[in-house]
Amino acid sequence: MSDERRLALALVSPALLWTLAFFAVPFAAMLLLSFAHMEGRTVVQGLSLANYAKALGEPSHLKALINSVEITVTVTVVSVALAWPLAATIAWSVPARWQRAALLMAVLPFWTSYVVRSYSWALVLGKNGVVNQAFGAVGLGPFELASTRFATVLGFTHFFVMLLTLTIYANLIQLSPNYARAAQDLGAGRLRTLWHVILPLTLPGIVTGAFVTFVLCIGDYITPQILGGNTELTLPQLIMLQMGRGGNFPMASALSVILMAVVTLAYAASARWLRLDRL
Amino acid sequence: MRRLGYLYLALAYGFIFLPVVVLVVFSLQDGRLPVPPFQGFSLRWYGKILSDRGLMTALGNSAAVAGVSSGVALVLGFLAAHGLARVRLPGSVLMRGVLIAPMTVSYLIIGLGLLTLFNQMGVKPSLWATGIGHVVINLPLCFAICFAAMGDHQKSAERAARDLGASEMRVLWHVSAPMLAPALGAAFFLSVTFSWDEFIIAFLLTRFDVTLPVEIWSMLRSGLSPATNAIGSLVFLASALVVIALEALFRRSK
Amino acid sequence: MTASVTIDRVTQTYGGAVALHEVSLDIAAGEFVVLLGPSGCGKTTLLNLIGGFAQPASGRILIGGRDMAGVAPAARPTTTVFQDYALFPHMTLAENVGFGLRMRGMGRAQRREKAAQMLALVGLPGREDRRPHELSGGQRQRVALARALAVSPDVLLLDEPLGALDLKLRRQMQDELKAIQRQVGTTFVHVTHDQEEAMALADRIVVMSEGRVSDLGPPREVYLRPKSLFSAAFMGEINQIPVVAGQSAIGAYPGTGTLLIRPEAIGTSGALALGQATIMDAAFFGTHVRVHARIADLTLTLHLPQDADPQPGAVMMLYASAHSFLESR
Repeated sequence: MSDERRLALALVSPALLWTLAFFAVPFAAMLLLSFAHMEGRTVVQGLSLANYAKALGEPSHLKALINSVEITVTVTVVSVALAWPLAATIAWSVPARWQRAALLMAVLPFWTSYVVRSYSWALVLGKNGVVNQAFGAVGLGPFELASTRFATVLGFTHFFVMLLTLTIYANLIQLSPNYARAAQDLGAGRLRTLWHVILPLTLPGIVTGAFVTFVLCIGDYITPQILGGNTELTLPQLIMLQMGRGGNFPMASALSVILMAVVTLAYAASARWLRLDRL
Repeated sequence: MRRLGYLYLALAYGFIFLPVVVLVVFSLQDGRLPVPPFQGFSLRWYGKILSDRGLMTALGNSAAVAGVSSGVALVLGFLAAHGLARVRLPGSVLMRGVLIAPMTVSYLIIGLGLLTLFNQMGVKPSLWATGIGHVVINLPLCFAICFAAMGDHQKSAERAARDLGASEMRVLWHVSAPMLAPALGAAFFLSVTFSWDEFIIAFLLTRFDVTLPVEIWSMLRSGLSPATNAIGSLVFLASALVVIALEALFRRSK
Repeated sequence: MTASVTIDRVTQTYGGAVALHEVSLDIAAGEFVVLLGPSGCGKTTLLNLIGGFAQPASGRILIGGRDMAGVAPAARPTTTVFQDYALFPHMTLAENVGFGLRMRGMGRAQRREKAAQMLALVGLPGREDRRPHELSGGQRQRVALARALAVSPDVLLLDEPLGALDLKLRRQMQDELKAIQRQVGTTFVHVTHDQEEAMALADRIVVMSEGRVSDLGPPREVYLRPKSLFSAAFMGEINQIPVVAGQSAIGAYPGTGTLLIRPEAIGTSGALALGQATIMDAAFFGTHVRVHARIADLTLTLHLPQDADPQPGAVMMLYASAHSFLESR
């Protein structure tokens, strides 16, 4: 090995070792634990698939997985659908000198504390919240808005619209204006230019943003806990319950591995367009 | 078309700012509940949180964890990016994959994994444990940002420095780091933000010394209170000021 | 298939700055016209106005006699080859070339056939299923040309299409571009800042400067008898000798203005005697020997034949075989 290579390896090693020691090894430990079971309050190591069988077989557990996937897919789709036009409006309709300010405005609440943001939505949607007060003023409601799946989806969407607006905007302004010109020059109207040319060209930005949304959303505990209430459980809520109530670490681990598997599936589905290194 | 765009923009801003406005307005509530009707203007909740020892300790803890863990993540990420950008090692692609991997994993799983490992090793939950977890989540980010910023331009400047007799450490310190200063700054800033705001890992890996999000979480469990609005508003205003200041700085330097 | 273009007193401004100043120009159907000038002279602005990507502040643009005011790019009988080609990266070459036909409602099979024909025309036969990123710069340029020509425009607009290519490839593409234009007979309006490219391609060159037409005519005329000092200098190196009331550094010459002589027109014989010159330096350039020589205070640049070997300090009698004179106004 040349000196140059030895040096490069020496530079990479600390980061690599850190990632292995505090990411790969813990994950392996968790994987191993997922095959163990509980006897009373003690963990008995073993190689049983019972946790997985229960996680996927028992309706109450399976329901949490289904809830999580449903909520996450809804949030991802709705967020992309709302963020794309917002990013496009900022990139195309706002005069150049105001664009950065407009973008900054659109993502400013991104910097509120994550916990507080969900709490704020709970205030807005609560029985005495501003939304129901507004409905009340015109003689409607009050509606049960807080502690519903709707509230969870809304809270998530609020966060991810901001995130996706950033990634899609970054993608849009990199595009040469000549793409749209070329399409129109060749006879495409506005809509067909958008559909055949601009949208496909922003696909990497959309997919990257959507994947990040998916990963963060499906693994989040706070938002469903604060906004969803206990009407229905998501997978992260179930995981925390398993750990908290019975101290059932093996079950929590198995559920986490399943969560990880779902994310891996999402990754495989979108890998072709993903640009994680260019976030 | 443009008018339609502006209408959409206005609606979007309304949606995006609605919870923040409600948060800030009712932090000034002269009453016990942060919901309408607004009963009058008062700063007493701010006074209350600022004199809350637990909250202020948590604030300090968060700042310390964010600062130290981001610093470590930045150094490790920068060195790794520098190493991998220079030469093609056997397994370069794999190494990059390993370094980026934590980005694709939920924080909950990273936290749970560390908790499992620390339990088995008999390590007690602490701010240090939380910091280790935050380095894990921020290292991929720092690495990716630095790696993306190292272009050919960078490589030839480093080669020139080596050619003029600089040792590797000096190349790093005098050439690479200053050239990458904007990227390093961005990576550090983002890391601090993520660490500062991270809940689940901190929740799982701390017990008595908690970070701010965990402290706010426990405030929430005792019900709605304008005090929560006040601390939330303070955090938001401080972060917003930093973001706007950085943006202004960035604009001036361009 | 081809149409004339009339630019009638067109003015364009960008936020107060005048980009085009009352430009008028008639382009005949089937003509190959090159707009030549430095960056910022207004040539690309004029091209964008013809293509419909911007509307003039005042004046009219007619294509085939039809006023184009308010007509969108899609509805104009023009297509454009962009400087960065703007090939759609997510489409195959056939899909790129067939895009305009698809927008016009042509069926898939027919489109593909036409795309294959067009790709063959530009020298890329059988590459229908490749994608733009698999091609070299020169090949992309050809695809952009094929895509723009596939919809049989009356007027093809080319915005520095060869600008991104290296010199050798650029010269080769020039020959091909000219041949393709002859074959399809479409009116070509081509923008460049390279005067050699302009001469290689153009039926007529339009030299532009600061938003105005500075000179126009066939390459030979613009090169040999420029109508402005700007055009004279932009078309290539030239010696400018001021003449004031019949007097100049090389003796008497009628009028007041500037005497213009190209370096290759100066030699040891010719109609216009320049005088006894002292050789200052000389360098061999392959096709010629480039010499600086001095007559009184005047320094001349001249190109002598390959076999000349002038020594610094030597004195020789110089003549101009061709020259032009620009009267001061």
